[in-house]
Amino acid sequence: MRFRAKVVNIDCIHHFTNVVNTISKLLKKCSIRLTKEKMFFILPDQVANGGVSMWCELKQANFFDEYRMDGVNEYELNEIYLEIVAENLCRAIKSANNAKSLKIKLTKKQVPCLTVEIELPSLSSTARIVTHDIPVSVIPSSLWGEYQEPEMPDFHVSLCLPPLKTVKHIVERLKNLSSYLTLSGNQEGDFALKVETELVSATTRFSDLEIPPYDPDGDSQAPSKLWPPSEMASARIDVKKLLQFLAGQQINPYKVICNIVDQSAVHFFLVHDDISLQYFIPVVAV
Amino acid sequence: MGLLTLQNQTEDDDFALNACIENARNVTHILKAVHFKDTATVFATENGLKVTVEDSKCIQGNAFIQDQVFQEYSIRDEALTFQINLDILLECLNIFGSNNSTTTMRMMYNGYGTPLVLMLEEDGAVTDCSIRTMEAEETLDFEFTAANVVNKIIMKADCLREAFNEMDASSEVLQITMSPDPPHFRLATFGLLGQSHQDIPKNSDMVEYFECNETLTNRYRLNLLKPSVKAVNLACKVCVRVDHRGFLSLQHMIKNENGQICFVEYYCCPDEEFDEPAT
Repeated sequence: MRFRAKVVNIDCIHHFTNVVNTISKLLKKCSIRLTKEKMFFILPDQVANGGVSMWCELKQANFFDEYRMDGVNEYELNEIYLEIVAENLCRAIKSANNAKSLKIKLTKKQVPCLTVEIELPSLSSTARIVTHDIPVSVIPSSLWGEYQEPEMPDFHVSLCLPPLKTVKHIVERLKNLSSYLTLSGNQEGDFALKVETELVSATTRFSDLEIPPYDPDGDSQAPSKLWPPSEMASARIDVKKLLQFLAGQQINPYKVICNIVDQSAVHFFLVHDDISLQYFIPVVAV
Repeated sequence: MGLLTLQNQTEDDDFALNACIENARNVTHILKAVHFKDTATVFATENGLKVTVEDSKCIQGNAFIQDQVFQEYSIRDEALTFQINLDILLECLNIFGSNNSTTTMRMMYNGYGTPLVLMLEEDGAVTDCSIRTMEAEETLDFEFTAANVVNKIIMKADCLREAFNEMDASSEVLQITMSPDPPHFRLATFGLLGQSHQDIPKNSDMVEYFECNETLTNRYRLNLLKPSVKAVNLACKVCVRVDHRGFLSLQHMIKNENGQICFVEYYCCPDEEFDEPAT
């Protein structure tokens, strides 16, 4: 197993830092899956996570100038799965703010480590290099099955969210009123955030939101045909989990698609040129 | 556009209280000045709203929002009274909360036992809130009348704000001396690290009006007076009055974004002297 990647372009370094920051805000431990083409950050759907799951993938060619990896074996298992504390990685690459280059490689110290080497600009001829060793655990191939891309649920409604900043602000206020929030929407572009407690009920409504185009040939999936377009699908979720997602993201996607499976789950899809991030929040029963 | 859309939705309804304001921040601002306890009592009359908050039966804050502040204000009965959770009311008012655009707000109340309904709109997004109201309890009457006022000073809020900021927080009491002779106006604290006092002489630029007939020195619990700092921070002028019993009244003049003037008033009773010496 070998892995080695290098970024030189400062914009790519910043971009990568933003992705890692976003992920570290969402979860503590995450799994990194490396393939020839792509890098994945995965939080599998486990009871311990409260049912939240995340799937983020980036094309390595868009970020890395050098990228070499050899998986467990060359033919069918040419992949690497690692488990890492996301915050450690986030802290390690924090100093890459104005770096000349950023190298990430898999090394064997006493334990397997992801070594982050950052070359900083220096005035003298000797290079200034910051090195971080982040312990990782290698996930054996027998467990890889748990880390497959989550299946897109059969959602009832799919729409584009209003600007995240607006939504974030509203959710922050609603969080002070209640710890659960009901998110609802229909296929005609109406969307609502609602809290209800003994003392207060507050509903924020948006209308005429964009409906994501459905491409029958592409990956995107059509909302369930049986669901009437004007019918609201709703899901009651934990406000904290939603806020974590809204407050933590630094990717600045140009579109955020929200898919609602009535009374079951919410699925967010951040759409960006080089990255796609999916986040699932299950409903909380009343 | 905002006002119109909110109007259409309520055309047919006839509410006991119906008020509409183009910039909800003008209301939020004033309410924040009395937000030191969760529960507030709202009195609505044809002149506007009075929001009263009390603590420990010793301090009372009153925010007055006169009817002119609202673009539309109608009340069916002579007076309406209800209690409401101020915390929740402020969260709701602030739900959009961005600084760049203004939130239009319509407030409706249909009398005893009904919730207070707020409709807020900003940039095409609409929020409806329905806040449970509670039975109003009687509020304190400090019997503070202008005829009994002994000493009165009107000053710019800046100097009082600074004085409050620099005050020794370890002191339990604040001693206010108002006198026709120097030091005219003195704020003294008795903290762990010793005494300190701040004087404002009557000929200071900050003092706009000075009328002291007697030398009066009274002590007030600092933690009771602390909430009034919120009002001082927003005010442009403050009127400090003390009556013959030592009761303190602080009237804060607060200018809102439309240049209208609203008042927030605090009453505080003096700290009674006990046998053991105050620390």
